[in-house]
Amino acid sequence: MTLSATTDDRPRHAVRPPRKRGRRAPAGERLRGWLSTTWFLLPALLLFFFFVLIPIVVAFYTSFFDWGGFGRPEDFAGLGNYRKLADDPVFHGDLWRGLVIVLLSIAIQLPLALGTAVLLNQEMRGRAVYRAIFFAPYILSEVIAGVLFGIIFLPDAGLADHIFGGLPLVGGLAGKWFADPATALPTLFAVMTWKYFGFHMMIYLAGLQGIPKEVLEAASIDGASPWRRFRSVTLPLLAPTVRISVFLSVIGSIQLFDLVWVTTTGGPTHSTETMAVTMFQFGFKRYQMGYASAISVAMFLICMVFSLLYQRYALRRDLQGAVTSAGGRR
Amino acid sequence: MSRPAIARSLSRHTLVWVIGSFIVVPLLYAVFAGFKSTGALTTDPIGLPDPWRVSNYTGILTSGDFWRQIGNSVLIAVATTLITVVVAALAAFAFARYAFRGRELFFTLFAAGLMFPPAVAVLPLFVLLRSFGLLDNPLGVILPQAAFQLPLTIVILRSFFRTIPGDLEEAAIIDGCTRFGFFWRILLPMARPAIGTVSVLAIVTSWNNFFLPLLVLADPKWQTIPVGIQQFQGQYATDYALVMAYIVLAMVPAIAFYAIAERQLIGGLTAGATKG
Repeated sequence: MTLSATTDDRPRHAVRPPRKRGRRAPAGERLRGWLSTTWFLLPALLLFFFFVLIPIVVAFYTSFFDWGGFGRPEDFAGLGNYRKLADDPVFHGDLWRGLVIVLLSIAIQLPLALGTAVLLNQEMRGRAVYRAIFFAPYILSEVIAGVLFGIIFLPDAGLADHIFGGLPLVGGLAGKWFADPATALPTLFAVMTWKYFGFHMMIYLAGLQGIPKEVLEAASIDGASPWRRFRSVTLPLLAPTVRISVFLSVIGSIQLFDLVWVTTTGGPTHSTETMAVTMFQFGFKRYQMGYASAISVAMFLICMVFSLLYQRYALRRDLQGAVTSAGGRR
Repeated sequence: MSRPAIARSLSRHTLVWVIGSFIVVPLLYAVFAGFKSTGALTTDPIGLPDPWRVSNYTGILTSGDFWRQIGNSVLIAVATTLITVVVAALAAFAFARYAFRGRELFFTLFAAGLMFPPAVAVLPLFVLLRSFGLLDNPLGVILPQAAFQLPLTIVILRSFFRTIPGDLEEAAIIDGCTRFGFFWRILLPMARPAIGTVSVLAIVTSWNNFFLPLLVLADPKWQTIPVGIQQFQGQYATDYALVMAYIVLAMVPAIAFYAIAERQLIGGLTAGATKG
C-alpha cells in the first residue's frame, strides 16, 4: 500500500513502529510511492530550478566575462569585473547608502512602528479602522507611492513646500527634497517610512498578541509604571519579533529598486542610488551585462552572508520560540 | 470613566490621529489633485478643487490604455496565483506528509528562497527569458513570479497541511481513495482558509510587481498597471494633475481588494514573516 510512505512526525500520531530498512513494503509498491512523491514535487522543482536557481548560476557565469548582453559571452575577464566593482566609488556609495537606510530604519521607522503597535494594542474605539489605515500604504505599489511623493515633494509647487515651507526646523528643506543631493536620501527614507511602517506595525501587533495579559497584570500589581512594564516585560518578550522585523528591513533595503527608480532614478549625482539601481543602469542602459552580473552576484552574496550570520547569531534562539507560536495563534 | 482615564484616552486618540494624518493626507491630496487643473494644483496645492474638474478622470477612463493595463495586470495576477498555488500545494503536500530521501534538503532549498529578493536574479532572468523567446510575452512574467512566490507559499501551506490528522488520509485510502484523490478532493477543500491566504498574497505581489514587467514587457500591448503608470508619468511629466488622476484610478482596485481581503492579507503577511 502507498501508506508505507506516509510520515507522521507529530508525536500524537506516532503510533506505528518505525520500519527497518529492508523490511519495508515490497519494491513495486515502494517504487509507486516514490513515483507519486516525485509527481507531487516535480512541478515546483522545475519552476524553481528554471526561474530562480539557473538565473543565479547564469549571473555567476556571465560575471566573469566582458559582455554587452548580446550573443554568447566570449571575452573572458576573470575577476576583472569584481576588481572593477571593488574600486567603483558608486558601488561603495551604494553600500554606504544601504547601511544608512538600514540604520535609519532601525532608529526611526521600527520604533515608530512599535510605538504605534503598542498604542493600537490597547482597547480603544476605532482600533480596527486605524490599523487598516496605517497598513494601507503597504498594499499600494511602490510605483504609486513613488509617483505620488515625487509630485508632493516638487520644489516650490508641491504640497510639502506649502505645508513645511514656513516651519522652523524643516523649512530649510523647502525647494530641495529630491532635487538636492544632500536631502534626497532623507526624503526617500521619509517615503519608505510612509510605505513600510504599517507592515512592521502589523508584525509587532501579532507579536504583542502573543504576550499573555497575566504577565503585564502581575507587573502592574507589583507597582510597575507603564513605561517600566513596556521596558521590562513587553520589550524582552517582543525581542524575537523585533529581530524578524530588523531582518526583513535589511533584506528589503538590499533589493530597494522600484521606489528609487520612480522618484529619482538614483540621482541627483548618485545620492539615492542603490545596488539594484546601479545594476540596472549598467545592465540595461550601458549594456555592460558582465559588470551588472557581478553586481547581481554581490547582492546575492551580501544577502546570503547576512542571512546566514543573522540566523546563526540572532534568530537561532527564536526559531521555535515566541514568534512562531504568536504567529500561529492568530 | 474616571477623569485621568478620559485624559489618557483622549491623548491616545490624538496621537493616533497625528500619525494617521501623515498616512491619509498624501492620499487625499492625490484624490483632490485629480479634480484640479495642473495650474490650480501648483498654485494652491492645499485647497479643495474649485471648480471640480472631472475631465482628468473621465479622460483616463475613456482611454483604452488604462483598461488594457488593468486587464493585463488582472490576467498576469490570476495566472501567477493559479500556477503558484497549485504547484506549491502539491509540493507542500509531499513535504508535509511523506518521508522520502532528500526531503529536508529540498525543503531547505525552497525555504532558503525566502531570503533572496527577486531583484538579485532579475538581470540573468532577463537573459534567460530572451533566449527562451519569452520577452513581450506574459508568460515571461507569470512563470518567474510564480517561481519566486513558491517559497512563501510552500512554507505556509506545509505548516497548515501538517495540522490535518493523518488518520483522515488512512481512512480515505482504506475507502479506496488514491493519494492524489485525497489531496484533491479532501485536503484542498479543507485547506480553504490557507489557500485563501496564499492566493491573496500572490495576487498582491503580482499586482504590484514592477521590476520584472518593466524589463520583460516593453511592448505597450502587454504593459501592466505599475509599468503603465511610469510610462504615463514619463509622457505627461508636467501635467501633474493628470498624473495624479491616473495613480488615483490605479489605486482603486488595490484598495477595493484590500477592503475585501484584509484579514487574509494581514494574517498571511504576519504568518509569512514570522514563520519564514
